[in-house]
This record gives sequence, structure tokens and C-alpha cells, in this order.
Amino acid sequence: MTTTSDPVRDSGTAVWLHGVVAGTATPAGLPGIAGTPVRAVAAAGLVAVVSDAPLSEYGEAALRRNLEDLAWLERAARAHHAVVDALSRSGAVVPARLATVHRDDDRVARVLVERHDELAGTLARLAGRAEWGVKGYVVPGATPRIEEPAGGGGAGAAYLRRRKAQLCAREEGQRVAADGAAAVHAALAGYAVAARRHAPQDRRLSGAPTAMVLNGAYLVDRDRWDGFAALARELAEGHPEVRLELTGPWPPYSFVAEPEAEPAWA
Amino acid sequence: MGVTTLAPNSADDPLAYRPVALVDLLDRVLATGVVITGDITLAIADIDLVRVSLRALIASVGALAPPEPEAAP
Repeated sequence: MTTTSDPVRDSGTAVWLHGVVAGTATPAGLPGIAGTPVRAVAAAGLVAVVSDAPLSEYGEAALRRNLEDLAWLERAARAHHAVVDALSRSGAVVPARLATVHRDDDRVARVLVERHDELAGTLARLAGRAEWGVKGYVVPGATPRIEEPAGGGGAGAAYLRRRKAQLCAREEGQRVAADGAAAVHAALAGYAVAARRHAPQDRRLSGAPTAMVLNGAYLVDRDRWDGFAALARELAEGHPEVRLELTGPWPPYSFVAEPEAEPAWA
Repeated sequence: MGVTTLAPNSADDPLAYRPVALVDLLDRVLATGVVITGDITLAIADIDLVRVSLRALIASVGALAPPEPEAAP
């Protein structure tokens, strides 16, 4: 407890938005971000699925602090996702970004009215579809070995030559894997309704033994999920230079915003 | 939801079903879904949530993880 805390701002409850669904949906029984059940805020023929979020934990200052706390972030991300995932199983949902917090239900309802056309359009675009993820990693040694260069000099010079050859081989492996990833992404994007590439994950976060060269997301019609997985398997066999992982089905997190230009690292 | 490894690797069971990885989840719940901005989070929208959170993640994980392994000689 600090002397600078403002009881008016730190007490009370805000409203955490999980996602927006069509007006006919009636979510019930799901625990929300802080454990209390989710509620429906209806307006303009749409339903915002929300839950109560105490300002002491989800107010502006608290959020700034908590988003830097890995344990808090994980708990919040999983609690938010549990609701969005459940909603996506019973129909189209526009997932809210993590930490979309409003002061009260009226503010949420106002958003539904003001953004009605955009939200309804997005719901229509996402109906009957889900997101699949395909990640690709460098496969070490998938490229032909570079011959160890011959040359004079002592053990030190030989070591430096060997080291240089190793580094060249590693760079070549990265390049070949990146080319493979681009080909895999193009093929998957051609099969999907929409596609985008997320930034490659940091290896310190992913725990992967080798570098990530593809972090793709693909929006796929429900009746084409099997075909998508089959295509991914086929591509994995055809591209031994990239190790592929398929994740999903995900709620369509990556396809809420309208498609934008590919970022620079793609 | 799960993870399927599509190419053979060193895992015991290449088709093993694993729970959602936090890092995959954060790619999605932080980087996307920008259609609506909350009026409380609007105030912190000048801070890129993704960068803030991933910086925290890397700091947290980096403190525990060993340095990047070098290629075997």
C-alpha cells in the first residue's frame, strides 16, 4: 500500500473484452479473466463477451506493471484464450487483443454501435473458418557439407579455416531453409483463404534447438482442414531443409484486422 | 488445439499432442486483434504491448536459459 494510490482509481471494476460474436450467440458459464463468469453486452445486433476486471489489477497503471510480469501475462493470456477458444467452437468470433479494457458496459456497447459495420463484416468473413499455424525451423546439416579447405600453416591456421567453413555452412543452411520456408508459405497461402507471417520467435522463448524461418498463420475453411494438414505433410516431405510444425485449429486471432502489406522481414 | 510435428525429429513421438505453447499464444493475443481499443488500454496504446511484453519475457527467460549453444566442433 502506497500513500500515492488513489482510492477512486484503484478500487472498482472495469470490463475486460474477450471478443465479439453474432447477436444470436449466448455465451454462459465460462470463467472470465478474473474468474467471474463472462457476461454478454448486446448492442446493434452484436454481442460483446466481457468479464469483470478489478481496476486494482487491470487498471491502466496496474496493466503497465503486470504486462511486464511473465507469470501474470501467462495466466491472463491463457484465461483470455480459454474464453475466445470456447466461443470459436460455437461460431464466428472476433477475438479482442489481450488487455482490451473498458470502463463500463455502456462504453463497450457504444463500441458495438460505432464499429458495427466493420465488426459484422469481420464476423461474416471469419464464419466457418479457423486459423492454423505452421512453423518452420532450420534443419542442421540439410545442406551439402562444405569440404574442409586444404592449406598450409600451423594448427591455429587450420582451426581458423575450419571455423570459417563451419560458419559458412551455417549461413548457407539458414539461407536454404529460408528459401524453403518461402516456398512452403506460398503453397500454404495458395490453399488458404488468407495468410500472414508472424515475426519468427526468439529461440530463448520457443526453446527450439534451431532458428525459426517460418511463423505462418493461415485462415482455412472448415471443410478444407484435412486437406490443409495433408498439404502441410506433403510440403514437409518435399522440403527436408525445413522442419515444420502444425498448430491449430486456433480462433482466427491473426485475421481480425484487414490484410496489410507483408512486413519487412517476410 | 495442439502441435503436430510434420517432419521426423528427435522427439520420441513425432505426432505427440502438446498443449498450446505460451509463445505461440502470445504471437496471437498480443500482436493481433487490434480492431477494438479499450478506453483504459487506449491510454497505454502508445506503448507497444507486444514489445513491452516480449521484452519482459526475454528478460525473464533469458535469465534462466543457458547461452545459445555453439555448433559442435
